[in-house]
Amino acid sequence: MRFMMFMYPQIEEQDWNPTAEAVEAMSRYNEELRKAGLLLSLDGLHPPSEGGVVSFDSEGKATVTDGPFAEAKEVVGGYWLIQARSKEEALEWASRVPGENCRVEVRRVFEMEDFPQDVQDAVSENFGG
Amino acid sequence: MSDATGAIEAVWRIESARLVAGLARTVGDVGLAEDLAQDALVAALEKWPQAGVPDNPGGWLMATAKNRAIDRFRREATYERKREEVARDAGALFAMERSDFEAAADDEIGDDLLALIFTCCHPLLSREARVALTLRLLGGLTTPEIARAFLAPEPTVAQRLVRAKRTLREARVPLEVPRDAELDERLPSVLEVIYLVFNEGYAASAGEDWVRTDLCEEALRLGRILAELAPAGPEAHGLVALMEIQASRSGARRGPDGEPVLLLEQDRGRWDPLLIVRGRRALERAEALPGPLGPYGLQAAIAACHARAIRAEETDWVRIAALYEALAQIAPSPVVELNRTVALGMAFGPEAGLELLERIEDDPALAQYHLLPSVRGDLLEKAGRREEAASEFRKAATLATNARERKFLLRRAGG
Repeated sequence: MRFMMFMYPQIEEQDWNPTAEAVEAMSRYNEELRKAGLLLSLDGLHPPSEGGVVSFDSEGKATVTDGPFAEAKEVVGGYWLIQARSKEEALEWASRVPGENCRVEVRRVFEMEDFPQDVQDAVSENFGG
Repeated sequence: MSDATGAIEAVWRIESARLVAGLARTVGDVGLAEDLAQDALVAALEKWPQAGVPDNPGGWLMATAKNRAIDRFRREATYERKREEVARDAGALFAMERSDFEAAADDEIGDDLLALIFTCCHPLLSREARVALTLRLLGGLTTPEIARAFLAPEPTVAQRLVRAKRTLREARVPLEVPRDAELDERLPSVLEVIYLVFNEGYAASAGEDWVRTDLCEEALRLGRILAELAPAGPEAHGLVALMEIQASRSGARRGPDGEPVLLLEQDRGRWDPLLIVRGRRALERAEALPGPLGPYGLQAAIAACHARAIRAEETDWVRIAALYEALAQIAPSPVVELNRTVALGMAFGPEAGLELLERIEDDPALAQYHLLPSVRGDLLEKAGRREEAASEFRKAATLATNARERKFLLRRAGG
């Protein structure tokens, strides 16, 4: 099974760019995941001010809000996608993240078999026109 | 399972292979190394639920295992073992204590792991024993899990493991990574074991015991570790590429009732794009290394051709036919030739396929193989020779062992 580990750094946006030491520690960790044969993909994200948000109302109408944003909410700073045998194993890997003032959330990824048949069929129907 | 037990099991999954590998190098015996690691696990199960998981669980397990080892050597010294032997082993352990396990260079841990992989897949052992020992020592699977994974009785697997460890001990197989020519000679056995594990998982159907379906992921994990550690050579990357791309199709290869769906009829929207990208990247790494692609690399290249085609009609059959020809040269087999026939037929028309088929149809290995007349029937049908095609499909139906397949072939014969 697959798990997504989301990193929520508890920092102000102006401190978004990590130091060389922090990057080095994180690279070592990433390397350890890779050497364990479990790392499927990972990315670090630019701060939210450089992105934007599209919100949908109850009628499904979209509204685009461009950054920067006034309110500072908890935001994702990056993620890892890993393969693990159990939630406990994913949590153990998450607890080895060389983090400071941050939160790492572990979520299991939906797989095709987790969906009922009608949902699976909807995926097929919409592929290839 | 309590939370603490779950957490300990998770640590065990992560640490056990490195633990056994490090201990095996020191004590020179995988069986003893495994016993010591198990002792450390038992100690963790006793201590951690109250004390909590230590900050450095790998280091804790290693320190505990070493202490158990020293206790054992001392105890045995009073019985049968020669004093100097004990002194030597204990000396090695104390020396090891000085070099902090966690501080050990990455290469060193990597070398230990690699040595353990090669030892588990040693040519002295039967293929079944290699698979069982690899899953046990590198995958951290229990004996009952291995038995369930391979649909084998538990006592059989247990006995296989005991014998394998005894064989390695009696032959005094050194815990080391083979070098140069010996490495080239022994790598295929390691790759074979990993691919066997993968195929066993691939053969399992959805809804079967999770231990079985998890085998694919376990094989991928082992393959990636090997590709990361193994000295230059394209085949480890080739195997990883092949497994990643094959695994990308696992959501598409069975219909709603569990029946197999042929590659060209699969719903490509269900192929996993992440695994395809990973597979292609692994294949690029294999291609970038010196030396031609081996059998795994070539099969991966064929799989990548299929993965690249967004629709089945866009498949580059000319390239696939060329890759099968290369595969037939380095790993000739009737099944490879038969696949080549199919590719040739798709690439250059049915006559090209039939021509090759004439050259291989007398191979005794294919005499009872229903796919031979089935492929011939398909080519004849495409060539407009309906009656001959129908007779081939009927012949194929009598050879097919699977009822579903037989029905399918008879339908083609009648149509």
